[in-house]
Amino acid sequence: MMNFAKKLIKDLGVDTRLLGMIGALLLVWLLFQYVTDNPQIEGTPPWWNIYAKLIDGNFLSPRNLFNLSVQTASVAVMATGMVFVIVTRHIDLSVGSMLGLIGMIMGTLQLHILPQYLGLGHPAIWVITVAAGLGVGIAIGAFQGWLVGYLTIPAFIVTLGGYLIWRGAAWWVTSGQTVSPLDPVFKLLGGGAEGTLGANLSWLLGVVASLAALLMLYTSRRNKAAHGFTVKPVWAELALGGIVMLLIMGFAALMVAYPIPERAAIRIAEARGMEIPAEGISLAHGIAIPVVIVLAVAIVMTFIAKRTRFGRYIYATGGNPDAAELSGINTRWLTVKIFALMGALTAIASVIASARLGAVGNDLGTLDELRVIAAAVIGGTALSGGIGTIYGAIIGALIMQSLQSGMAMVGVDAPLQSIVVGAVLVEAVLIDIASRNHAIRPATILFHLIMAALLITFFVSWTWGLLVTVLALAVTYFWRIIWPRSALVLAILAIVQIAIGLLFQNGGA
Amino acid sequence: MSTPLVEMRDIQISFGGIKAVDHVSVDLYPGEVVGLLGHNGAGKSTLIKCLSGAYKADAGEIYVNGEKATINNPRDARSYHIETIYQTLALADNLDAASNLFLGRELVNKFGLVDDDAMEAETRKIMGRLNPNFQKFSAPVSALSGGQRQSVAIARAVYFNAKILIMDEPTAALGPHETQMVAELIDQLKSEGIGIFLIDHDVHQVKALCDRAAVMKNGELVGVVKVDEVTEDDILAMIILGKKPEHLT
Repeated sequence: MMNFAKKLIKDLGVDTRLLGMIGALLLVWLLFQYVTDNPQIEGTPPWWNIYAKLIDGNFLSPRNLFNLSVQTASVAVMATGMVFVIVTRHIDLSVGSMLGLIGMIMGTLQLHILPQYLGLGHPAIWVITVAAGLGVGIAIGAFQGWLVGYLTIPAFIVTLGGYLIWRGAAWWVTSGQTVSPLDPVFKLLGGGAEGTLGANLSWLLGVVASLAALLMLYTSRRNKAAHGFTVKPVWAELALGGIVMLLIMGFAALMVAYPIPERAAIRIAEARGMEIPAEGISLAHGIAIPVVIVLAVAIVMTFIAKRTRFGRYIYATGGNPDAAELSGINTRWLTVKIFALMGALTAIASVIASARLGAVGNDLGTLDELRVIAAAVIGGTALSGGIGTIYGAIIGALIMQSLQSGMAMVGVDAPLQSIVVGAVLVEAVLIDIASRNHAIRPATILFHLIMAALLITFFVSWTWGLLVTVLALAVTYFWRIIWPRSALVLAILAIVQIAIGLLFQNGGA
Repeated sequence: MSTPLVEMRDIQISFGGIKAVDHVSVDLYPGEVVGLLGHNGAGKSTLIKCLSGAYKADAGEIYVNGEKATINNPRDARSYHIETIYQTLALADNLDAASNLFLGRELVNKFGLVDDDAMEAETRKIMGRLNPNFQKFSAPVSALSGGQRQSVAIARAVYFNAKILIMDEPTAALGPHETQMVAELIDQLKSEGIGIFLIDHDVHQVKALCDRAAVMKNGELVGVVKVDEVTEDDILAMIILGKKPEHLT
């Protein structure tokens, strides 16, 4: 069975890390789907209940997946840029503040400045606004990149300074006042009922994307064959193409399956000058515009990473900066370009974030830098440099957002939400390290045993927790997992557990 | 004698008051191997880095084929067909062999895009010549053995029609079999008229592989000798005592 699976993966030529990430995402989704259903029905067999729960859950509904896709967009766009920054062994802590400043500038521009010259509601307002936002983003990014690359100040310091400076500058733009309402066309870029492609365009995009994916698979195969390299078996190519097509069309179908509420639909139809039949009107959301932006960004960034010299030099510099320099790569100028690109992507993310809210407040983008870094890292980007993928960062952003909105749906307390997301971040990196070294370190096993015992102590009861500790002791003794040090650690753990039990006498929190 | 391939005249470099290279002149003729010897810190690597473009000399001139050359960075050096195999190999461990071989000089298609397939095909060709057992074309070079990594670094220098080759301790990390392979390669490159600077600590190896040996001590050139005219002990004396053998003075 395992051998068959291994051979299948090898024939299909898919990256096992990609499979692992998709598996983790699906696991999170199914878990929330399972816990977000209606109460269990009496008198049915348990297997039926599991099935019914997976069918009836609210998490994987078109509505929730639509919201999830829109909520992920802003962080996902920035995470793709953060991959390049982290791959070259830098970091950018300033993106959240930059997002806020750019949002403030764009808001003021479209609400207070441009209407004076063009008149309110002029169709060019949103174009000029977005262009100005991109300009500011690139300028700030390039400046920070110059400080890092040419003046050799560590990126951590430069962007930590930027984190404070740009947030302060954002306050300056309007003396802290919230800018609202934004230009109606600009607001479409943030999604919402109107900011979507609708049914027909969504299907069209799905078909075009599918055909493009198939064409890429075909040309890649033809080029490899032309050089006489071994190519994948034909069935594998066809299966891969089929899966990709199914995913794209499935996503389009899901988004189309989410109808716009009737009243909003009537309003939109009126605005577009459509005739409203007597029996009412039904419009579909379709794919949201910010999601289209994310897809475009993902394609462009993947293209940069894989097919341009710029991308190749980013990875080479991350793998060995000295070697890159000795190969004649101008690593300083490269740093400027990477940070400028990060700035441009932050501007795009700022457009999405402010357009989605329809207003720009002082706190726009607060803590986003940490979400973006976490998304890149969960997506397999190594802080030691040289390793990271664009698709990984986007899946990482999706996993983070899924956890957050899933827990909100279930009604998990806000503090606990942070704790879970933090734990998932650390765990994701731990798994990543283990998979890279092709071996699980004994300390990793011990760590998980201790965490399991502690979690059970806190959430079930201290007696069960103690039992797990004793079991862990037996396991570490049997396989001599850093024995006898683990015995000492587990013994201390047992004392802590007993203390918790005696102090609280309630068998758990 | 014919025009030297490389002539380094009166090269000087100081690092904050310390003279790392002090008025050193060496030359290299086509089809010749010149060994550079000396203690750690004698200045041989620093001297050679002026030629490869990693450092810029404070004073002194470099002539390539009798014409004055300006070498400010590694790209300049490559334009004079000077290729370097660094002791550290200077490989990006996260990239595959082809990406490393063409690093900084990628093959591109008509749209200016990196053509990985073409680079892999070229890499397969040259590796078939240098190290026929090499098979790991799609793995990152971190997954390769020391000898395989060395052959990637050598392939990178040889592929681009080097006229002048700098090898910084090419056999330091290699087993006997691979050392033998490098020795054969040096002989082959010599016969093609390529000039080689070989930095090495192993006097025995220098005697076997080189035509001349230049010995440095404390940033100064002790002397340049033909290896046929001296014994291993003579060379050792030059390295340790900084004196040329008496029968040559």
